[in-house]
Amino acid sequence: MVWPHRNLLTLEELTSDEINLILDTAAAFEDVSTRSVKKVPALRGRVVVNLFFEDSTRTRTSFTLAAQRLSADVIDFTAKASSLSKGESLRDTVRNIEAMGIDVIVCRHSSSGANHLIAKNTKCCVINAGDGRHEHPTQGLLDIYTIRKAKGRIDGLKVAIVGDVGNSRVARSNLHGLLKLGAEVTFVGPTTMVPGAFAKMGARVVHDFDSVIGEFDVINMLRIQMERLGSNVFPSLGEYTRLFGLTNERMKRARQDVLVMHPGPINRGVEMAGDVADGGRSVILEQVTNGLAVRMAVMFLCTQALGAG
Amino acid sequence: MVKNSNLIIRSGRVVDPSRNLDQIADVTVVDGRIESINPVDGRASAPESSAPGRIEIDATGLIVCPGLIDIHVHLREPGNEDEETIGSGSAAAVAGGFTSIACMPNTQPAIDNEAMVEFVLRQAARSGLCNVFPIGAITKGRQGLELAEMGHMVRAGAVAFTDDGCGVANSNTMLRALQYAKMFDVPLIQHCEDADLASGGCMNAGLTATRLGLPGLSPLAEEVMLQRDLLLAESTGTAYHAAHISTAGAVRMIREARRRGIRVTAEVCPHHLLLTERDIGDYDTNFKMNPPLRTERDVEACREGVADGTIDCLVTDHAPHGADEKAFDFQTAPFGIVGLETALPLFIRALIETRLLDWPGLIERLSCLPSKLLKLGRGTLAPGAIADITIIDPAEEWVISPSEFLSRSRNTPFGGWQVRGRATQTIVAGRVSFDRHSGVASGEPSVGVR
Repeated sequence: MVWPHRNLLTLEELTSDEINLILDTAAAFEDVSTRSVKKVPALRGRVVVNLFFEDSTRTRTSFTLAAQRLSADVIDFTAKASSLSKGESLRDTVRNIEAMGIDVIVCRHSSSGANHLIAKNTKCCVINAGDGRHEHPTQGLLDIYTIRKAKGRIDGLKVAIVGDVGNSRVARSNLHGLLKLGAEVTFVGPTTMVPGAFAKMGARVVHDFDSVIGEFDVINMLRIQMERLGSNVFPSLGEYTRLFGLTNERMKRARQDVLVMHPGPINRGVEMAGDVADGGRSVILEQVTNGLAVRMAVMFLCTQALGAG
Repeated sequence: MVKNSNLIIRSGRVVDPSRNLDQIADVTVVDGRIESINPVDGRASAPESSAPGRIEIDATGLIVCPGLIDIHVHLREPGNEDEETIGSGSAAAVAGGFTSIACMPNTQPAIDNEAMVEFVLRQAARSGLCNVFPIGAITKGRQGLELAEMGHMVRAGAVAFTDDGCGVANSNTMLRALQYAKMFDVPLIQHCEDADLASGGCMNAGLTATRLGLPGLSPLAEEVMLQRDLLLAESTGTAYHAAHISTAGAVRMIREARRRGIRVTAEVCPHHLLLTERDIGDYDTNFKMNPPLRTERDVEACREGVADGTIDCLVTDHAPHGADEKAFDFQTAPFGIVGLETALPLFIRALIETRLLDWPGLIERLSCLPSKLLKLGRGTLAPGAIADITIIDPAEEWVISPSEFLSRSRNTPFGGWQVRGRATQTIVAGRVSFDRHSGVASGEPSVGVR
């Protein structure tokens, strides 16, 4: 099939065939990272800008490396979202960047939908590196890629996503992608963090981790945002860990072959015990490695839609 | 303007719910007041007049009704004149068929004292296009703390009070305001929104917000404050008006409160009768308003509320914003849409085309009841009444084109809609303020230079 999209804004808008094409393309790019010369010329002459309105070292580094391995030139543009209130709107920022001859905009922003706004105002490829609490499609793709690689399939798998699902862009992207490829997705967390509306989006919603922990092929633990403490979504870290943390104790009741995942960075001892994060069932570092190949694939495919330039 | 000119509107369908009138008749206006209404039965019609300056309008096939009244309009002056002025808002009003508008006090600075009320009235007189009735703030600076000088403002011409834009959060302040306003027998209008429950929200809390990852505005924010206010209003006996109701729960509460004899009235906007949260699509900020677009169930309940009389008034919540502001991302962009120039056909679609209301029912809620609520002395074609008249072509089909708005702002989700029904002439105190063919009349001679 031919990749039809100039932008990657969400996984919700992709078909299963399109998701599979990205995953297959990523597989083809994976060995680039193991060569002595870690570069292919796919994006030679293209310019990629990392437009990050929110702090992120890991995701930005991953995108930068991915672009470099495709031989693109990479520029970092770090801006505080507050510059918007100083007069320069997101639209103006984007137009200015575009005027510098950019081909790909990789954007992270604290507002849901910010990437949609950018895409409407530019002819560049726009790749969503996380918008508010909406989606983080490349994280979703790298999670799915990691699962597929470890388990050999997605169809029929039972996947748990545990934690602050309501505020998680990772959870939404995972949900859309996994459902399209035939997995069963269960959201687990306190009622204040996992709204019932997710059931209408196809997820199973559970508030008692222990009653279901033995069912899953994959457990993806979300990071607890420490700033949420005090906002009354949960009373204390201690209580949260006791009810929803992936402790050694709880792991004993999980399936032997369960895959443990986390988008990072981990709060060790809060959502996940250190031993579990470093243990034999954890693929957390593989996720990071796979992120490179997946982001290479996404940038490669989206720029194909730009045509020759 | 020739004050004493006669105006005859011939052969229109005269619909005046204030007098249960719905028949083909000629309407004669003398000295800015209704002189007579003479049924056209083939023989007797309005006497021929040869007075100089007499204007005749042939209203055959058109509806002639008391001038439309919108009691929820934001005019942005003073403070944001690039978005709207009292003059441009008045022009938009008459183009939409409104002869009277009541403007909200959330300007910068707020309309919270006598001088500000007088300023609004003076600017309105300068533009001279329609009646502008100022609504004063409940609290000083709309801060929700100290009562504003309601007595002074009533004396200057304020017709009601509200902190619209936000609700009065403190229960004691609201109780005091209700007690105090009762002295003047003017209604308190509440923007029902519990700030803690609404905190940070930008669209209806529900499935679509969950899917889009946008912080939700819970319907509970509206309902909790409304329920509290109903208790307070019951205890004081003050006239209480709930602004822009949007949830099924709010409609039910008002219906029940009415049954219990509480002096409560309510209003609804066209977008809450026609659109749902699902229409937001790809974060289109023209669909961002407060209260937000809700669900099908809420739309249904609001329509029923209008049909059964629970909701008395139809309003626009005309909220102009510049294109640059609306071009921000969904969370950052301001709430609100313009409404004056699109309201009539949208209410026709939501209420008449669905057979929930007939024409007298619609005009009652767009003119008679709003006038009664704010004691404006309009909303009737009774002989002797001020001749505020709207002539409507109920059959005209047209496409909403924001670039043609007379408002200074274009923020509407209804651009491109194919609609039916439109004001052809808007007559204020006997003078044609707007004519679909010749446009807006020039205003009164200015008091000063603008």
